[in-house]
Formats: sequence, structure tokens, C-alpha cells
Amino acid sequence: MEFIKPGINIDFIGKRKIAFFLSGSLIAITLFLLLWQGPRYGVDFTGGVVIQVRFDKRKSIQEIRNALKPVHLDDSIIQEFKESGISEYLIRVRKTNINLAGIHDKVKDALEARFGKGVDIRRVEMVGPKIGKELKQKALFAIFYSILFIAIYISGRFEMKWVMSIIMALALSVVVYAASSFGVKVTWLIFIAMILTLGLCWYLRLGYALGAIIALIHDVTITIGAFLITQKEISLAIVAALLTIVGYSLNDTIIVFDRIRENLRKSRKQPFALIINRSINETLSRTVLTSSTTLFVLLALFFLGGNVIHDFAFAMLIGIVVGTYSSIFVASPILLVWEKGFGTT
Amino acid sequence: MQKGIIWRALLAVFAIFIAVVYLIPSLPVYERLSGWAKRILPQNKIHLGLDLRGGIHLVLDVDVDKAVENHLDRILDELRHDMRKNRIRYRGMKRDGLKGINILLMRREDLKRLEDIIKRQYPDFKIEKRDNTLILRLLAEARNRIVNMAVDQALETIRNRVDQFGVSEPDIRKQQKNTILVQLPGIKDPRRAIKLIGKTALLEFKLVDDEHSVTEALRGRIPPGDEILYQMKIDPGTGKVTKIPFLLKKRTMLTGEYITDARVQIDPRTNEPYVLLSFDSRGARIFARITGENIKKRLAIVLDKKVYSAPVIQDRIAGGRAQITGAFTMEEAHDLAIVLRAGALPAPVKVIEERTVGPSLGRDSIEKGIKATIIGGIVVTLFMAIYYNLAGIIADLALMLNIIFIMSGLALFGATLTLPGIAGIILTIGMAVDANVLIFERIREELRLGKGAIAAIETGYGRAFVTILDANVTTLIAALVLFQFGTGPIRGFAVTLSIGIVASMFTAIFITRIIFDYLYVLKGMKKVRI
Repeated sequence: MEFIKPGINIDFIGKRKIAFFLSGSLIAITLFLLLWQGPRYGVDFTGGVVIQVRFDKRKSIQEIRNALKPVHLDDSIIQEFKESGISEYLIRVRKTNINLAGIHDKVKDALEARFGKGVDIRRVEMVGPKIGKELKQKALFAIFYSILFIAIYISGRFEMKWVMSIIMALALSVVVYAASSFGVKVTWLIFIAMILTLGLCWYLRLGYALGAIIALIHDVTITIGAFLITQKEISLAIVAALLTIVGYSLNDTIIVFDRIRENLRKSRKQPFALIINRSINETLSRTVLTSSTTLFVLLALFFLGGNVIHDFAFAMLIGIVVGTYSSIFVASPILLVWEKGFGTT
Repeated sequence: MQKGIIWRALLAVFAIFIAVVYLIPSLPVYERLSGWAKRILPQNKIHLGLDLRGGIHLVLDVDVDKAVENHLDRILDELRHDMRKNRIRYRGMKRDGLKGINILLMRREDLKRLEDIIKRQYPDFKIEKRDNTLILRLLAEARNRIVNMAVDQALETIRNRVDQFGVSEPDIRKQQKNTILVQLPGIKDPRRAIKLIGKTALLEFKLVDDEHSVTEALRGRIPPGDEILYQMKIDPGTGKVTKIPFLLKKRTMLTGEYITDARVQIDPRTNEPYVLLSFDSRGARIFARITGENIKKRLAIVLDKKVYSAPVIQDRIAGGRAQITGAFTMEEAHDLAIVLRAGALPAPVKVIEERTVGPSLGRDSIEKGIKATIIGGIVVTLFMAIYYNLAGIIADLALMLNIIFIMSGLALFGATLTLPGIAGIILTIGMAVDANVLIFERIREELRLGKGAIAAIETGYGRAFVTILDANVTTLIAALVLFQFGTGPIRGFAVTLSIGIVASMFTAIFITRIIFDYLYVLKGMKKVRI
């Protein structure tokens, strides 16, 4: 059986302007939302309390809010969702200036005082502001280090320029170390590291690395954008999903790049654009297949995995779709743009 | 070629055998095995994370400043005693925050004598002299020692309490920054457990000051050496709390450190439970002296700065027993007995992170995780079989083996399976076939070029291998970074993902190749059904 016929020749490179426009606007929207409303962080990062509760009978959100009034938690965010056909509620307390450790008690008492014994507290997550800050730091550093290591790996492995990649790693480490000792915030550190990585790739003539890294930044940014648009919270699990997307996005990109290099060796005479396009087409069948099997299982997870894992599956779904798209429409065309700019690869 | 394939097959069979051996203890079958089989099999089991088993995860912050403060206060008391003994008179002495102790002496001549005493008995301080004042500064290493001791002691006390409470497989560990991690799987009443762990349980006996009026003191005129503490009375009908103030002598007559036993008793008259304390011989002596010297006065029993009762001392009590009453429920009395037996925390602790998963949610998560895995697995398996025919079925076999390898890998490393970990397995199912897809697409290409079966398989595997390696290394990097920086459940995800990647390379490349070689090289099949 075959979905993609052999010898297929879709002009992907020819549509790069449309792709660049699409990607550019998605990233612009994300950046705009990021600056305008900011991401919604989960309690893992902000500190606060989330309580998941189930009642023996369905309650309206207003009823729950009223029940929480005596303990002054009626300004909490209350959400209803269905879990195997039964209504459950998420109560989020976002204040951190009160004694968080006591909230679990207070909420349970208040709900039981109002609704009697049929109150089942299914899950409590309480994160103190200090821990929240620490987790945020940790998550950001995780993102930073994965970018660093992956940049080193790609430039070393791909361009056979291990020396260059080590120089790049050293330069990055020095700058980041200097910046962090001046007390620069981690968010900015990541930003600096990204810009620097791109700049160094450019300066050291690491075209493949440049393409791959732009593609992965593209994928992660747009996934974050999806979270901004849907107003979903970014938690620790989502950061884990983002890092997995980084791995996956590269996976896809590398497979296309590998083919480009192979084809370059075979036919040096042909124009670069043609070789890129042929390589994408040759690997298209694999790209589509692997993406679809991964999508199948993620859809299973998204619809059947339950509420706790729902957002994680959502992030991965978006990431896989965007990652597949970017390895075809973003990473490879950037190689071409690069080639046009410098005449060497 | 023929010899090579036998060795490879043997290696594969061996690996699969080991994997199955390590997997069995984690399967329900294990329980039904006879004794000798259990002895032969490894003991390693897959641990289920708290998010799947249900339970609580707590991070406690030990208030080490308070521990230092307590330590300095204690030394202050001892110093006072030493000075009285040596007839050194002072105008004032007080603790200077957490830095040390300042002593203002009456006579300059005493300065040298006091300095000698301190040098001999309290080596933890650096001494500065200024006029008549002796300034004692707590040394940094002494401070660290006090802090470490407080955390260790808190750890020990909490461990004792948890043991007496009866939790199977608790995990209680010291972490950086003076915090303690407590993980209690399968707890039914998380609130009760948290209360039990977090209670400082500082028991003090203090005399009630009946010579001064409480009402006067409440207006702000607290007599020197006195303090106001409250008793909480809960009306059983309305649940309303009333606070009753007590004017107490600040000085603690006796603390809970001499307690040897605490148990719950029922008062036959009121049918209410109370806690009966037994002191060791030293405690009993002190208690007898206090009660003997203060007959007809009231002695308040104070727990964590709350007054529980303040009975009038009728007679000298010699037996070394005391009781705490206070309208407890049976549960409360039971837990109070536990904390009093296990001892007080050296400093208060604060819960700074709590993650509780009720047992019902844990069960649901396992069920849903398994359902999603099975359905995702079936879809992918069918898809591969239909799309790639015989080759697809071989890939499916590799996929099954892959899942076995992941599970036994988890058991082997003693790793914990969490909900994100299940997600990692599901994801691996989707991505593991990638290696086979790459190889099969290559083989198809080679076949299209007109190559024979064996040659096509040969080049297909050869060409795809480097690409697969490259692609997997990047995901592995991301997974390792996640492991390094992640906590709890996220680590579980990183672990399953990493094991899955390595296992998928083995099954999807190595094992499938053996089957292909067997079919096409040994059995001489001609047409590659792919």
C-alpha cells in the first residue's frame, strides 16, 4: 500500500514565500499575545492551589462559589469538566499571600458544610511561591540547556565541524555565565542564548544548524502560541512536552537534511533548490507516515487519557503537526535562503 | 552470514529472556507463583508513582532560624545559671537576633572571669568586649551545625511519626535548602497525615499567674515574665470557636522531652478520650518537685502555644504521670499520642508544596492510561500491517518487544512509572515505528531501482541506520535534559522516553533485521512483501 506515490514531485520550495508568510504571521501573533497578555502559568510556576473535586450530585459553579464564600475563597477560578461522563470541578486559588497549606482544609470543610459528605477531593496541588519560582528557573534552564546541547550536536554531527561547535558552545557558555553573574533573568538568558546561537551559526557558516535551530524555535513558539490563544495554562508537564517537541522537530528536520546531503554528494551539478525539493519529496512518504502514527497515539491520549494528561497531549499534538510542517516548509527553504546569501553550504 | 545470524538471534533471544524475567515480578501473575519461583526471579518491581497509586507528596521547609533562636535561648538560660553560680552580676543580657548574645555586666572586673567561662564551656562563640559589655557572636560553622542538626532531627521525628501512623513504603528524604521531602503512597486521609507530620508538638507545662488579672493583661499591661496564651473551645453543636485567654508565667517548668510513653485512654465518667503521659525518672522527679512546690496553684498544659487544660494541683504527683484532656475525638487523641511519643520537632516546619492524589483518581488514571495505550497501539499495529504487509507485521513484533523492554527496563532500574510516564510509552509507540518506516521506505526505493531482495534489504538498513541514529540522539538529549531538571512525574516521562528510544533502536533495527535475514537469506524468499 502507498499513500504517497513514488516519483512524486510537489514544488515545496516554490511555495516557500507562502510558507514564510504563514509561519511569520503565526510567530508574530504569538509574540504579540506574549507581550500583550502574557502566558498563563499554572500553579507549578506561580504558586497557588488547585483542587479537583467531584460531588455525588451535579452542582452549578455558582453553588460552589457560594459555598466557598464563608472562607473568602469565592474569588477562585472554578471550572467544570466531564470525566467519564461525570462532572468534576477544578478550583484554582491564585492568591499566594495567604497560608496556602491551610487551603486544602478550608475548601474541604466549606464544601462539606454546604453539601454534606458526598464531597470527594480527587487531587490537590499546592505550590508555595518559593517553590514556584524555583520550578520556573529549573524549567527555563532545562529549555536553555537543551537548546545548547542540541545546537552543539547538530553543528558537530551535521557539518562535521566539531571544533566549530565546541567554539560555539564555549562562546555561549561564557556569555551566559557572564550574563547570569550580572543577574540577568533566565528569560532573557534564553533569549540571549538563542540570538547568539543563531548569530554564531551565521558567522561560523553552519547552515544546516541554522535551519534546524530556526525550525525548532519556530515549532516551540507556535505551540506556545496555541496555548496563548486557547488560554490554557503552561505547567511543568507542558514544558516537558515542549522539550519533547524540540527533540521531535529536530528528528524530522534531520531526516530531510540527511537526504539533502546524500543527494548533494550524488549530483553536484544540479541547482541546490532542485536537490532540496527532491529530497523533501523522497522523504515525504516517511514524514507523513511517522507523523500520522504519532498523531494517532496522541489523539488516543488526548481523548482517552483523562483530564490530568489532556493539556500535555494537546501540546504534543500541536507540536507534531507544526514540527512536520516546519521540516518541510521552513527548515529546508532556509537552507536555500542561506545558500543564496553565501553561495556555500 | 549464516553463522552471523545465529549469533545475533541468540543475543536477541537472550535479551528478550532477560527482559521477560525482569518483567514478571511486576505482573499480576507473580502473586500466583510458588515460593521457589519467587526466590529465583529478581526482586525489582516497577514502582507506581503517587499520581497513579494515590498518595501525598509534601515538601516541608524547616524553619531553621527558629532552631537557631531556640538554641541561643537555651544557651542564654544556661549562661544565666552559670553566672549566678559564679556570682557574676549583670545589668542585662539578651539574645541579639540570630547573631548571638549580648551581656552587660555590673562590674568591669567580672569581664575576664566570664570570658574564661565562656571560652571553656561555649566554644561556639567569638567574643568581643566593649566597655562593660560582652558580645558573643555565633560562629558560622556552629550555626551550620545547629541548622543541620535541626533538619536531621526533624527528619528523624517525622520518620518516627510516619512509622507509628502506619504507612507502607514511605519515602522521607532530606533535600537541599533545609527542606524535607515526604512521599506517602496510598494514604486514605491526606489531611490527617499532613496535620500529623506538620505539628511541632512542643509540649510545655507552665504555671498560671493567678496573682495578676487577665483582663488587665489583655489591656496591654502584661506583668514582666508573663505571657498570654489561649485555649480554643469548640462548641460541638455549632462548631463555633471561642478563645479563652490565660495569663501564664513565661518560664517553662517541664517540656515533653522526658516523655517515655503516651497513650489514649477513655475517661469512664465522660466517655471522652484523653492522652496519658508517662515521664522517665528525671521527668518524674521534676514533675514531683513542681507539683509539690505549687499545691493549689494551676498548672497549664500547653501544646504548640495553645492551652489544653489548666487543672489545679491538688497534691504532689510522684508517679511521673500526667494526662492531657481537651474534648478530643478518638482520632485526634490517637494522633496526639503519636506525636508526643515521637517527640517534638526541633523547629516548626511549613508545607511549601503539596500534591495529593486521591486513590480514586489514581485508579482512573491507570485505567485511562492503559486504555489509551491499547487503542493507540492497536491503531498503529493495524496501520503498519496494512501499509507494509509482511514487513509491517515484523515491525509490529518489534513494537511489542519494545513495550516489553520498556517495562522491564523500568523494573530493572527501579524507576517509577507515572502518568506522564505512560504518556511517554504511548509516544514511544508512535515514534518507535519511525525507525522501521525509514528502513522500509528505503527498501522500497531500492527495490524500485531494480535491486534484488537481499541487496535492497542490505542497503535499506545500511542507509537508514545513520539517519535513525541522528534523529534519536536529539530526542535523547531532550529527554536527558528533562531528567536532569525535571521533578517527580516529569522525570518518569524522561525515563520512559529514554528507555523507549534506546529499546526501539534495538528492536526496530537489530531484531527486525534478524527476521528479514532469516526469511530472505536463509529461507530464500524472493519477493519482498513490503
